Amino acid sequence: MAEEKNILSVVDLHTTFATDKGEVMAVNGVSFNLAAGKILGIVGESGSGKSVSAYSIMQILEKNGSIKSGQILYKGEDITKWPESRMRDFRGKCCSIIFQDPMTSLNPVFTIGFQLKEAIKLHTNRTGKEVEKRAIEMLELVGVNEPEKRIHQYPFEFSGGMRQRVMIAMALACEPDILIADEPTTALDVTIQAQILELMKDLQKKLGMAIIMVTHDLGVIAQMADEIIVMYGGRVCERGTAEDIFYRPCHEYTKGLLRSIPNIDSMGKRLEPISGTPINLLNMPKGCAFCPRCDAAMKICLEQQPPETRTVDGHLASCWKAIQAEIEAGMIHVEAPGSGT
Amino acid sequence: MNMNYKPNPENLVEVNDLKMYFPIKTGLFSTTPLKAVDGVTFAIKPGETLGLVGESGCGKTTVGRALIRLYKPTDGDVFFDGKRVDDKSILGLRKDMQMVFQDPYSSLNPRMTVEDIIGEPLDVHHLYTSKADRREQILHLMELVGLNAEHATRYAHEFSGGQRQRIGIARALATNPRFIVCDEAVSALDVSIQAQVINMFEDLQKKLGVAYLFIAHDLLVVHHISKRIAVMYLGKMVETADADELNSNPMHPYTTSLLSAVPYPDPKIAKSSKRIILEGDVPSPLHMPSGCPFRTRCKYATEQCAQEMPKLTDRGNGHMVACWNK
Repeated sequence: MAEEKNILSVVDLHTTFATDKGEVMAVNGVSFNLAAGKILGIVGESGSGKSVSAYSIMQILEKNGSIKSGQILYKGEDITKWPESRMRDFRGKCCSIIFQDPMTSLNPVFTIGFQLKEAIKLHTNRTGKEVEKRAIEMLELVGVNEPEKRIHQYPFEFSGGMRQRVMIAMALACEPDILIADEPTTALDVTIQAQILELMKDLQKKLGMAIIMVTHDLGVIAQMADEIIVMYGGRVCERGTAEDIFYRPCHEYTKGLLRSIPNIDSMGKRLEPISGTPINLLNMPKGCAFCPRCDAAMKICLEQQPPETRTVDGHLASCWKAIQAEIEAGMIHVEAPGSGT
Repeated sequence: MNMNYKPNPENLVEVNDLKMYFPIKTGLFSTTPLKAVDGVTFAIKPGETLGLVGESGCGKTTVGRALIRLYKPTDGDVFFDGKRVDDKSILGLRKDMQMVFQDPYSSLNPRMTVEDIIGEPLDVHHLYTSKADRREQILHLMELVGLNAEHATRYAHEFSGGQRQRIGIARALATNPRFIVCDEAVSALDVSIQAQVINMFEDLQKKLGVAYLFIAHDLLVVHHISKRIAVMYLGKMVETADADELNSNPMHPYTTSLLSAVPYPDPKIAKSSKRIILEGDVPSPLHMPSGCPFRTRCKYATEQCAQEMPKLTDRGNGHMVACWNK
């Protein structure tokens, strides 16, 4: 599975949360590969398991959450088997994360400089003056003006966009190979969002790290991602390049999602929403998770989970409807479900 | 307030030079006015949708709230159907002017059933003849927004975000208003649900002829739903135009950069388009720059911009722009 160029491979990941009402299956068998220096976008609605997948990689799940099965291979090694002490090294040095809300992810009682330096001291062997120099260097890199002055200020003296820059500086301070960005711009205004996205792209080019971009915003994903994974109900519906997903969607959910967003030329036309409400993760349907909301649902959708197959134009989707199209196109012979690609 | 101001009888809602200042304590004895809204003028015709966009802190929500007098405006005139809206007349007018709030989680009382939430405006305005009539009206409203009759006895926490927003909309529709302020009414919803609610807003407008002031920060959504769009920056209105005109021919430098910053859900457009990235942040409204508030981030800014705020002037076909240089 782990080829040389894949820096991170997630294989059949299952993550669940124990709650009073039962076990919540947040992630149900997610697999993906992240190539070094690429941007992978994970898109889905709330409750689709996109953030939980990201947190599983970092192993920063809530106390009631656990990885039930599956592997997370970092450079070929399964990090789910690593002890906590080794994971601590992994976080920050190999893989960093930035969160949605820059307002709450910084500690209000310490200066920006203190928090930045803490991360640098923990994960690198710099000492004394070097640490401070590195902190200033990082702030400069993410476009904070007058970093020498700003590092003595507290988070409340920074605006939302500036705080997110500090978070990025902190995440990149130890030169990780992977940066996980969990809804990094959702709390920001559009003009500030454009600044931050541009910055992330620049830094990615400059430093060559791989980025996992988790978001619900199809616009952001279209702009940033090389490869896209569409998630629904804790499973991967469809994966492919940005062009595959936006111009040649095969899964009914992806199609519905794209139809339901207002576009430049949708003015005056009606939007076509997906009917119904998102699924309840407490009792997952036996078949396809999207089936209760799918207009094109067939009998088999209710009964069996669709395997992931190569679609007519070459990317991957898990949809019986797409499989039907492939059979019609003579691409595949009818095979036993679960046999995958 | 300008007592001599005469509203245009064609307009359902007319706002002239609305100002809303909040006093902020800046010292032991001193207060500074925070100019949340500073001279905003616009009009909405019956059955029309005006979209109001701008970034956080630009005063768009304050405009909506001052309009239906949840705040008492510092200065300016608001007219509804030719009548001046003031402390006295608003009591009679609230029936016609309703509001849908952003957060479907906190805008509904968790101790009330759906029936009571939707029925409350009917109680307040005495809009039913008998208990049976009240119930019938409530069920009709629920049907209108796509809720089942059996939901009536449930509590708000039993519903998903999209359904809660429907309850909020049913409540706003209960008094049969002619005008609804929708303050970020779809922002908290997932895309697939958002589309359902946007469609519902449009259907209700066609069916009932209500006018909307649609306040949102998502430009694609606003462009979809609105006939006209007004753009605000730091309490001032910088541009208003028909939705398509604004999208294809933005004149104010702020509007231009705002539109270019919108991430279009289309990889080719998104990756190829030239983004005009604005430098820096929005200045604090407590220390507003002199003259045009946008000049600190504007690449066309001149001496004149620092001295005087440009007026909104018509550049043809009702495309109004407040800029010295464009």
